[in-house]
Amino acid sequence: MSGSLVFSQFMGGLTTAMFLFLIASGLSLVFGVMRVINFAHGSFYMLGAYLAWQAVQWVQPSGGGFWLAAIFAAVAVGLLGAVVERFLFRYLYGRDELYQLLFTYALVLILGDAAKFLWGVGQLSVSAPPLLSGSVQILGTTQPLYSLFIVVIGPAIAFFGWYALNHTGVGRMVRAAQMDREMLDALGANVGTIYTGMFVFSAFLAGLSGALVTPIESIVPGMDVLIIVQAFIVVVIGGMGSFWGTFWGSVIYGEVLSFGILIFPGFSLFSVFVLMAVILIVRPWGLFGKPL
Amino acid sequence: MTPLLGVEEIYSAYGLSRVLFGISLEVFAGECVCLLGRNGVGKTTTIRSVMGLLRPSSGRVVWKGTNITGWAPHRVARAGIGFVPEDRRVFAELSVLENLTVAAHAARRSGRWTTDAVFELFPKLHELRNRQSGFLSGGEQQMLTIARTLMGNPELLLLDEPSEGLAPLVVDSLLEQVGELKRQGLTILLAEQGVEFSLALADRVYVLERGAIRHTGPSAELRDDPALRDRLLAL
Repeated sequence: MSGSLVFSQFMGGLTTAMFLFLIASGLSLVFGVMRVINFAHGSFYMLGAYLAWQAVQWVQPSGGGFWLAAIFAAVAVGLLGAVVERFLFRYLYGRDELYQLLFTYALVLILGDAAKFLWGVGQLSVSAPPLLSGSVQILGTTQPLYSLFIVVIGPAIAFFGWYALNHTGVGRMVRAAQMDREMLDALGANVGTIYTGMFVFSAFLAGLSGALVTPIESIVPGMDVLIIVQAFIVVVIGGMGSFWGTFWGSVIYGEVLSFGILIFPGFSLFSVFVLMAVILIVRPWGLFGKPL
Repeated sequence: MTPLLGVEEIYSAYGLSRVLFGISLEVFAGECVCLLGRNGVGKTTTIRSVMGLLRPSSGRVVWKGTNITGWAPHRVARAGIGFVPEDRRVFAELSVLENLTVAAHAARRSGRWTTDAVFELFPKLHELRNRQSGFLSGGEQQMLTIARTLMGNPELLLLDEPSEGLAPLVVDSLLEQVGELKRQGLTILLAEQGVEFSLALADRVYVLERGAIRHTGPSAELRDDPALRDRLLAL
């Protein structure tokens, strides 16, 4: 195995990883604070992708509308998140996991059908913004600029999230809500509003990642379910609700997948599932999680 | 004179198990009032009903003339009622200082209580300010929960079983600190089963039994009449 091949696989894995991190961090955040596993998180991601495509169609004549489209998609999905949380999701807090599963899965089906209804079942695609459509040579390999952008933006958002949670007033409130919701409420904090805010932020991240993935992957029905399974594996590996767990879980997932394909072609997802099974047996609460 | 807090004939239940049967009480500004009684007579339930953590099935909670029955706890807190729960409930993964700043941020009420002021009342907490609060001793956590609630600058402090499970020496210093709060003019509604602790602090007592008030009067009455005390609180 040559050095440049290893590097190439490594970068490919890292790109996958940082995408997954953007998506899984929202999933993990909602679970960590509200104790609800939102299976519809992947649907928010899918809607982000479709909405970005739609917005690009609207602004295309002017060209260079990709960034605008991405922001539009993220904000629109965030707003949808606000509606979903205010009118539906809040009835799930403290409920049995079975209700959460059934409810959020129903949302997956509804949003999936809505997307098919609005955008059809064909493949759609968006081209990379002109600024990032080229590639560069690194260590004898060709790296698309867009992948490098994703590899940078992932850790940037990770750092931002970590900083916000640990060094801002709002972040401390979120952590306190995670530890004892009722107590925080009795101290005067409107925990309902904090929850809405967290959910909107999580939906925003999902919508943003959906929009950002469009230059790399085509937009198809079923991308919602595919991504939620992957994001779920990531948070199981890293530890539900753990911020750095999600980060390292994504990196491990991306790299195992990338090198797994190289070593056992045809068994690509197999290696990831084996990894998840081993971690579930040895550390059921994940690498960075806490025993429940 | 209207009371600061008026509880009027409240009935409260946890699901099907009914706990309070028509509790009425009044707390006037500057007073320290104690709910006395054994475990399970409804002291905590009364406090939780005032705080909005439990909605009474009937009756009213009146704060400075406004009916606050059914208000969400955060609205009650922002109106000026500070709640110190039993069994402490510090935010275990936050440091002592973070517990205090979260509370100040949550209540958004300014006043004399700042981190410096609470550290003056509880110097021990200043030493421990960067320690993760889950690692503090029971007594230190109790001080922290009181300090944390003070950060919201309440006009009335609801203190639920502050002496529960603490060593006698720790209880003594706590008594001194709560006494200091009282001297400074803070209104306190205390729930206690420790007769000595409550009689040392309270101006008036309500003795609870099976979810109803059995006796009410100045605490001096109970302090001076051992026979009455034994009759009401035979433990």
